[in-house]
Amino acid sequence: MVPRIEMDRLTKYYGATLVLDQVDLAVADREVVALIGTSGSGKSTLLRCVARLVDYDHGAIRLDGVALEGELPERELRKRIGIVFQSFNLFPHLSVLDNITLAPRKVHGQPRGQAEERARELLELFGMSEHAASYPERLSGGQQQRVAIVRAMATDPDVLLLDEVTAALDPELIGGVLDVIRDLKQRGMTMLIVTHEMGFARDVADRVAFLDEGRICEISPPSQLFAEPEHPRTKQFLQRIIESGRL
Amino acid sequence: MVAAVSTAVVFGLLAWFVASSPFWPRIQATYFSAEDMRLSFPRVLRGFWLNMRIFLVGEVAILVLALLVAVARSLTGPVAAPLRIAAVVFIDLLRGVPSLLLILLFGFGIPALQLPGVSRSSLLWGSVALILSYSAYTAEVYRSGMIAVHGSQRAAAKALGLSQWQALRYAVIPQAVRNVTPALLNGVVSLQKDVVLLSVIGAREAVREAQIYTASTFNYSSYVVAALLFLLASVPLARFTDWYSRRDEQRRLQRAF
Repeated sequence: MVPRIEMDRLTKYYGATLVLDQVDLAVADREVVALIGTSGSGKSTLLRCVARLVDYDHGAIRLDGVALEGELPERELRKRIGIVFQSFNLFPHLSVLDNITLAPRKVHGQPRGQAEERARELLELFGMSEHAASYPERLSGGQQQRVAIVRAMATDPDVLLLDEVTAALDPELIGGVLDVIRDLKQRGMTMLIVTHEMGFARDVADRVAFLDEGRICEISPPSQLFAEPEHPRTKQFLQRIIESGRL
Repeated sequence: MVAAVSTAVVFGLLAWFVASSPFWPRIQATYFSAEDMRLSFPRVLRGFWLNMRIFLVGEVAILVLALLVAVARSLTGPVAAPLRIAAVVFIDLLRGVPSLLLILLFGFGIPALQLPGVSRSSLLWGSVALILSYSAYTAEVYRSGMIAVHGSQRAAAKALGLSQWQALRYAVIPQAVRNVTPALLNGVVSLQKDVVLLSVIGAREAVREAQIYTASTFNYSSYVVAALLFLLASVPLARFTDWYSRRDEQRRLQRAF
């Protein structure tokens, strides 16, 4: 079966620094893969390559077997791959509803009524209905991040990329966002998640990939990776996490 | 309360000092002659009406043109290079030459060319010069506002599929304008007074009219009339700018915490 998202020897330099070193990774339909590793290991860059926010130097990324570069039209790519950022990046001058409907209306040509109906459905689904008319600055960080997730979901993407979506949140606000992600998994969303929340990665991911110096050191189901890591770097990384009390 | 009392005392003393000076009658006759003020008022007011019309039309033109120049300058990619370069040249040239000189060059120069189909109105071309000069400044104000919009906003727009133009139109420009509104209002106050520069090419605006009156009477009360008219228009605008800036600052503080 063709994987939903497939990276084929993906290689990326920032100047002379190698940040992604021939990464191979295939994510099946409805699968959730968590990417863990130290800062600078290339996790976020990998996500940004898949979202086509940065260019890569070698290799290929395919969505349902179609290369993102050259084969898939830009508009379709943006419709089918959604990304959520650490700092939410909502548009502060637009209401929640306008944030969500901007792309469906202006990029994908949906009439306002249809786009707003869909946006309200999604807000309802994630318990955010009463905030449709609010401006982002009036919401808590957790609420803003949930709006950002809804915004990414507004075009009904096939794949959702989550880039450390809880890293900027106060601890008491993280839970609500993680619940939304669990809910998306229940609904069969294919997701690639960069996270520092090891407990969450263990709970929600089908497979966890440990990145180190731009390479995937080890990838396996969480029960195996967290309990019996094979690679010495993975062991070392997890040891530090355990020592700092975060697992 | 204390502020009100101390203000009243200071200004009261100042007024008393000036009015009790032995030169006061001469000052009053030269600058504050009620008769001359009354006689010059209609023509100065007529001139001031011209100032206001040029100011209002010019301001709209400046805000639009400057935004176009700022957008042209901010475009990325090799295809947009000619636009980008044209914007830089526009800003460098028109900001580098004194407004007064531009007004003389355009206002006297272009009508003198006697080109077929081109207006020979000095007033028109002088106004165009003023608009271009102000647009160059205002374009840089807009641009600073656009630079202040965080790069992550563009990333979000791109990830949603917005084109470069759509990202500017829907994400960057609205935030940029909000960022620089106090600076733009400051430019509005400034333009309102700089329309006076058009008097050098013979536009019969308020200062010119006051000058004509003075030339035949050797009394400067007509200038004071003009000054009062300008204050009447600019002080409320200045207070509005203050009020807006303060509100804007409070809003930012609220967001920061």
